[in-house]
Amino acid sequence: MSMTSLLGITPWPALSAILLLMLLVVALYLARATAHQAISSVAAALSNGLRLASHAVAQGELRLAARNRDVLLAQGREAKERVVEREFVRVGDAVRKDLSGYPGLHRALSEAIARIEEDHQKAVDVPPAAPGWVEAVEVVANLDARNAGADILADIHKSMVKAHNEAMDDYRKASGERHALLRKMMPDWRLIQETLERVSKSVGSVIERGLTIDRHMQEYEQIVRGEDRAVAVLSSSSLVYFFVSALVLAVATAGAAINFTLIARPMAEMVGGTSFIGSFRTADIAALVIIMVEISMGLFLMESLRITRLFPVIGALSDKMRVRMIGITFVILLMMASIEAGLAYMREVLLQDELATSAILRGDDGTAIVNEHMWITTAAQMGMGFILPFALVFVAIPLETFVHSLRTVLGLIGIGVLRALALILRVSGNGLRQLGVLAEKVYDLPLFVPLWIEAKVLEWRAAERQADAAAAAEEATWQEAQS
Amino acid sequence: MKTWRKRIAFALAALAVTACAPPAARNTGVYLLVDTSGTYNKQVNKAEQIILFALSRLQPEDSLAVARIDTASFTEKNIIAKATFDDRPGTANQQKRAFASRIEKFIDESNPAPYTDITGGLLQAIEFLNEKRPAHKEILIFSDMKEDLAKGYVRDLPLKLDGFEVVALNVTKLRSDNFDPREYLGRLDAWKAKVEKGGGHWRVINDLDHLDGLL
Repeated sequence: MSMTSLLGITPWPALSAILLLMLLVVALYLARATAHQAISSVAAALSNGLRLASHAVAQGELRLAARNRDVLLAQGREAKERVVEREFVRVGDAVRKDLSGYPGLHRALSEAIARIEEDHQKAVDVPPAAPGWVEAVEVVANLDARNAGADILADIHKSMVKAHNEAMDDYRKASGERHALLRKMMPDWRLIQETLERVSKSVGSVIERGLTIDRHMQEYEQIVRGEDRAVAVLSSSSLVYFFVSALVLAVATAGAAINFTLIARPMAEMVGGTSFIGSFRTADIAALVIIMVEISMGLFLMESLRITRLFPVIGALSDKMRVRMIGITFVILLMMASIEAGLAYMREVLLQDELATSAILRGDDGTAIVNEHMWITTAAQMGMGFILPFALVFVAIPLETFVHSLRTVLGLIGIGVLRALALILRVSGNGLRQLGVLAEKVYDLPLFVPLWIEAKVLEWRAAERQADAAAAAEEATWQEAQS
Repeated sequence: MKTWRKRIAFALAALAVTACAPPAARNTGVYLLVDTSGTYNKQVNKAEQIILFALSRLQPEDSLAVARIDTASFTEKNIIAKATFDDRPGTANQQKRAFASRIEKFIDESNPAPYTDITGGLLQAIEFLNEKRPAHKEILIFSDMKEDLAKGYVRDLPLKLDGFEVVALNVTKLRSDNFDPREYLGRLDAWKAKVEKGGGHWRVINDLDHLDGLL
């Protein structure tokens, strides 16, 4: 039904419009309670749905946070175990290297001490024997012999001086021997001092390592207990590792790109320059495959050396098998590097050939463009071609860190997203509830006339009811007074 | 769920078929006709410039043939040099050098022909390029485009030039064209109509210092 026909229900369109409006208002007024109920129900249903969704997302966030925490703790535990294990290996090495010679040192010390004791015994100072006839001289000196006593005493004096000189000579000789013995003891003292210093150093190193192990063990215990502080430290470390490893991987990617440039052109001589796989040149794909194989070999080499632990199967291999694997991967890498060096050389040759051909086609003399220092570029390219595959081996280390930290970082991002989603859903739910109230008000807006009338009628009825009640109360009071 | 699985399976199958399918041709085939008739024979030195330019622009697996236009051009004997370059760039370079040397020899020994059979040369070019099946086919005509057939040669037959680009190079003005330029313009229009009627695309390049748009 068109608007024209609606306005044509009376001969006067304005009147028709007023009539229609009145009808509409009446219809809306009559349906007001139902409409309000419907709006309220819809708003409540949507709001509740969003709140439920928000609750579910929040639960999901909690579960993800718990999982992330578990992952972090497990990774931290594993990392700490590796560190402690490495420290124990270092302590073992120190003990094996420095303290394994301890029995020998002990024997050397004992021997040196024995020698010192022996020399010391020999060097004990023996006082010269006192002359036994001094008292006899005294007696002779007291004799009253005027002539004979003086001669005797003179002879005795002479003999005594002579004996004294001999005793002094003996004493000096004995002292010299003792000093010689003491001098001989000096190297032994030095030996003892050096040996003890060495022992002290070794023991100090072991004590230092012990302290480090102690610290790591404390951290390990915190991780095992799942303390919040440990989780916070691990989370922060994980983010740092993620960004650092991403940076190193970006550098490695740039290195791989240079490597690719070096070998892509000469690869066209091997697989053709015009064949395509999809929209990619076969030569480019072949060059890329070579680089990928080199990186894979590097990964296997690092795994075999137990520097990284991306493949548990390789880590679990027997030592003999691992050594074989190290040899094989290294030989393959060496061959790849040699091939790359050859391709880099070929690249330069092809470039020169192409330049010569272009010169001929331009009508120039092809030999005029030969540069005598070109060998430097060629050698540099070959060197890069040989070194880059080995440099790419070390990509395994940041790759492992990146992979491990990526789990945590993705978990953190997921937690953030879920938290934001839960908040949005909750806010949307509340917003919808308020929107329902607003919709009811908007519904009532065109009904202000009947609503005003309704309010007035209600007021009048209330006033009438009050008047009736007052009259009834007055009548009851009057009847009570009469009775 | 099943629909999604079917879609994924279909996409994987399509990918596998695409990967295994023979790759689409991307190469170019060029047939260069050099007019050696009458006074135009003096211009062959300029033709060498164009041939060398074409050699420098062509890539591995592209084909190039250079043929002379003389009294009877619809014959393989008129092909001076032809090559399909190897897909290895190094070998392709060697082929280009050998090609350039053959062309140099031809330029030195070129003799003027009494008649000009352009249509015969075009027919030979069409046959050669159709046989090579390149992705892009170009016929370069280095001539004044004035056809002068010897008695007994029939050349009023339609040309099948679908997918061909025909480029007239260095279309010099004849003495008679200077008297009446309508003759020159009419000649070019006639060739354009003939090529476009055969389904080809026609172009004229007279400035040999600006061949950038060529190939």
